[in-house]
Amino acid sequence: MADWIEQLKLNFIDWFELIQAKFINNFITDNRWKYLWDGLGVTIKVTFFAVLIGIVLGFTIALIRSTHDKTGKLKFLNWFSQVYLTVIRGTPVVVQLLIIYFVIFASVNINKVVAAIIAFGINSGAYVAEIVRSGIMSVDEGQTEAGRSLGFTYAQTMWYIVIPQAFKNVLPALANEFIVLLKETSVSGYIALQDLTKGGDIIRGRTYDALMPLLAVALIYLIMVVFLTKGVTIMERRLRNSER
Amino acid sequence: MNDDVLIRVENLQKYFGEQKALDGVDAEIRKGDVAVVIGPSGSGKSTFLRCLNLLEVPTGGKVFFENVDITNPKVDINKHRQKMGMVFQQFNLFPHMTVLDNMILGPVKLLKLPKEKAIDNARVLLERVGLADRKDAYPSQLSGGQKQRIAIVRALCMEPDVMLFDEPTSALDPEMVGEVLDVMRNLAQSGITMVVVTHEMGFAREVGTRAIFMDEGKIIEENTPKELFNNPKSPRLHSFLAKVL
Repeated sequence: MADWIEQLKLNFIDWFELIQAKFINNFITDNRWKYLWDGLGVTIKVTFFAVLIGIVLGFTIALIRSTHDKTGKLKFLNWFSQVYLTVIRGTPVVVQLLIIYFVIFASVNINKVVAAIIAFGINSGAYVAEIVRSGIMSVDEGQTEAGRSLGFTYAQTMWYIVIPQAFKNVLPALANEFIVLLKETSVSGYIALQDLTKGGDIIRGRTYDALMPLLAVALIYLIMVVFLTKGVTIMERRLRNSER
Repeated sequence: MNDDVLIRVENLQKYFGEQKALDGVDAEIRKGDVAVVIGPSGSGKSTFLRCLNLLEVPTGGKVFFENVDITNPKVDINKHRQKMGMVFQQFNLFPHMTVLDNMILGPVKLLKLPKEKAIDNARVLLERVGLADRKDAYPSQLSGGQKQRIAIVRALCMEPDVMLFDEPTSALDPEMVGEVLDVMRNLAQSGITMVVVTHEMGFAREVGTRAIFMDEGKIIEENTPKELFNNPKSPRLHSFLAKVL
C-alpha cells in the first residue's frame, strides 16, 4: 500500500520536474518569453490602430449609405461603398492581408505593422459600416422629422440627433466587432509579422514543443477577450441605466 | 398679397406613388388664426399640414409662407422652418437629452442664442406648462401628456410665427388629453397663429377661429367653427359630424 503511494509521489515529482524543464526551455532559455511579450505588443498595436481606421471608415461608409437610402443622394459614393462592402466581406481577411502586403505595397518597402494595420482597418471598416448603418436606420424616422421641423439641416439632424442615438444602440455590437478583430490579427504571421501567435509559433520551432507555447498564446488571447467582454457587459448595463 | 396672410396654399397636390393624398388644395392661414382641420382618417389633413413646412414635399402646387414661395427649391427651407413650430402625434422628443436640452438645442445651435439666455427662456415656458420641476428628466421618465407639453414648449422655444399641430392628442391616454388641450388653449389665447389637425371636436369648436373640413384630399368646407359644426352645408360634412359628434 505504502509502496503504491510512494510510487505515485515519485511519478508526480517526475512529472512536475518535466513540466518545469519544459517551461524553462520554452520561456526562460534564451529569453524566449520575449517572443510572446513583443508579439503581444504588436498584436495590441495592430488591433488598436485598425480599430481607429475601422471606426472612421465604418462611420463614413454608414453615413453615405444611410444618406443614400433616406434621400436618394450620393449615388456614386453609395455605389462605391457597396463595391467596398461586397469585396471586403466576400473575401477572407488573410487574402486581403496578403494582397495588401505583397501586391499593393509590393514596390514600396512598407513596415509590416503598418501593412497589417491598413489591412485589418479596411477589413474592420466594412463590418463597422453595416453595424453603424443598422443603428442609424433603427432610429425612428420621427426623430429626423422633429429635427428638420426645428430647422436643422439634414447633416445637423444626423449629427445632433440621429447619430448619438444610433451610436448608443450599436455600442455593444461595435465593441464585439473589435474583440473579433483582436483575434483576427492572429493571421498576421502570413506576412511574417511577429505578432503574439507568430511569437508562440517561433518558440515552437525552436523547442520542438507545441503544447506549451501555443497554450500560452491561447491563454493570453483568452485573458484579453474575457476582460474586454467584461468591459462590454459593464458598458451595456451603464447604457441601459442612463435615461432611466 | 395681403400682409395679414401668413401661409397661402395654391393648388396643392401630393401623390404617394399612385395614391392621391392631396387633390388641389387652396387655403389661406392669416395671422392670429387658430385654424382647426378636421376630417375622416385618410382625408389628407395630416398630409396637408406636413406640406406646410415641406416635411412632405408636394407633388404639385405652391406654398407661400410670409410671402415666400417655400416650394421653390432655391429657397433655404431650413431658415423658414425655424419660424414654423411643429408638434407631432408621437411627440418625437429626443430621448438622449434631458427636457431642458431638448428645448435649448434649436435656440442655441440655430438661433445662436447664448446658452444661459436659452435656458432662461426655456424655464419661463416650462413654468407656463407646469413642468418646471421636470427640466432635468429624460423623456422616458415622462408621461404621455407631459411629453406632449414638452414637445409644444420645445417648438415654442424657437419663437415661431406659426405652430403646426399634427393630431397632438391622438396618441395620448384619455386622461391626459385634457392637460395638453389646456396648454393649446392657453397658447391660442396668447394670439399665436396655429394650424391644428385634430379629432377633438369639442376643442375645435371652442378654440378654433376657423374650421376646415377635408375629405378625399380636398377642402370640402371652410367656415367659422360654430357655423361649420351647427350648419354643415355639404352632405359629406353632415355625415362626418353625425358619426363623430
